[in-house]
Amino acid sequence: MILRERLLAAGGLDGLFLSDHRTKKDLAGIVSGEREPAATAALAGRRVLLAVGGQMAAARAMIALDGLAARLALVPPKLAPEHIARIASDAEAEICVTDAGGPAPDTLAGLPCISVDDASRAAAETPRETEWALATSGTTGAPKLVAHTLEGLAGGINKAAAPEPGTVWSTFYDIRRYGGLQVFLRAMLGPSSLVLSDAGEPVRDYLIRVGAAGVTHILGTPSHWRLALMSAALDRLAPRYVRLSGEIADQNILDALRAAFPESRIAHAYASTEGGVGFTVEDGQEGFPASLIGTRAGIEITVREDSLFVRSPRTGRRYLGATSEALIAEDGFIDTGDLVERRGERYHFLGRRSGVINVGGAKVQPEEVETVINVFPGVSMSRVRARPNPILGAVVEAEVVLRADAGEDRIAIKKAIIAHCRPRLAGHKVPASVTFVDALPITSGGKLVRRGA
Amino acid sequence: MSLRETVFAEIAAIAAEQEKAMPPITDELVMLDTEFDSLCFALLVARMEDLTGADPFSEMDASDLPVTVGDLVALYDRAATRQAA
Repeated sequence: MILRERLLAAGGLDGLFLSDHRTKKDLAGIVSGEREPAATAALAGRRVLLAVGGQMAAARAMIALDGLAARLALVPPKLAPEHIARIASDAEAEICVTDAGGPAPDTLAGLPCISVDDASRAAAETPRETEWALATSGTTGAPKLVAHTLEGLAGGINKAAAPEPGTVWSTFYDIRRYGGLQVFLRAMLGPSSLVLSDAGEPVRDYLIRVGAAGVTHILGTPSHWRLALMSAALDRLAPRYVRLSGEIADQNILDALRAAFPESRIAHAYASTEGGVGFTVEDGQEGFPASLIGTRAGIEITVREDSLFVRSPRTGRRYLGATSEALIAEDGFIDTGDLVERRGERYHFLGRRSGVINVGGAKVQPEEVETVINVFPGVSMSRVRARPNPILGAVVEAEVVLRADAGEDRIAIKKAIIAHCRPRLAGHKVPASVTFVDALPITSGGKLVRRGA
Repeated sequence: MSLRETVFAEIAAIAAEQEKAMPPITDELVMLDTEFDSLCFALLVARMEDLTGADPFSEMDASDLPVTVGDLVALYDRAATRQAA
């Protein structure tokens, strides 16, 4: 499967578009525009680093380069220069596709560059399978590069069915991240139109643009959706399909989205850069049914030592670069590092194994505490982290963003939040302190920044 | 409220929250002989830091660890004096 060939073969591109905050382009024009043999020669069979500023440029390059490059490594936005250099090295990049919004040239350590305008005019005469390389979201530490095939990346997408008429996709995510790339591929393999977000764009402006473009299918992390739910522009949106992924979707956010969009399908997907798309849950409840454990549609899910393991053709193939770490164990399973707990017939996510707070030897998952805090009336979102403590090493600290209607008496609210947590959490998991903040930082991947996690 | 009163009030509040039965709080009371456990103690230190800005535990030797409530009050007293200086 080659992206551009599929788009050409699909036909029916008339009227379909790709838009961002600046421009709107005909999909047909992007796919079948003029070709440039010199660009093809520069990129054919090469290991290519895609390091452009915006998503429109990235989308055009991805369509041109799949089937042409030997490897296509996607540099996500807002990456530190040393991490870009590391990705270039791990990808063994031979040439970089860039533009004015891309990283500074000295970041790329003498790598030859080609402009995205030239690269978009390349096209293979004899297509080959391109290996895709995606950076892990890396909320802490350096991102790792995970190799995928296009078949694997598109494994969760129903390619046999034509999209519902009038489908327009959008994503709060960047399409160079796993979750956003899923939306890009859904749009391209549909085919259907796609509205791209921009990292610097206020949520309000994005929602207005998405509403004006008639977006029907939209993806965001729970943190993206919490921000959107606080925006007065939310009523511009009338989606048929609301998708969440990338973070734990708690009952609070699922209920809030159900109330905001009573007619929509609301789905939370379990997916990761390493493990691919595992499953999607549409029953409006947090967690997932225990019946998903086992094998279905070629995806095997199992729980070992409270962690989810996945074996499927959709998972990454291996890590690229100097790391000697194996992505896939000898038995073919990937340890996702996501901790789950069974309660009755349902599994609930407890968070990342690496994010635990150690309170005198007792472990605390920040997400478990956040889930409890987030259902307290007046709370918009929260971040829980370790606060150094001379007695126990660490205690739990919560930063809380209140909604405008939460009331004025901060001391009373703080006491009430702690009192709310006490019967719902073990003693060491109850926040020792609560501070109120105006906003919490979210990574370009749409996840809460967890410093020192 | 004096520093002593603050310490006494916080101990009582934490004990109540954690559902610990405490004898009357006096200067002579040995805290860890009571139900006031390490988690309670950790919470007390965090709250005293919030209230006074001082964390004397982070800058002292293990031999100075307070045993009684009176030791604890004296510890925060010294920290307050250092802050003022």
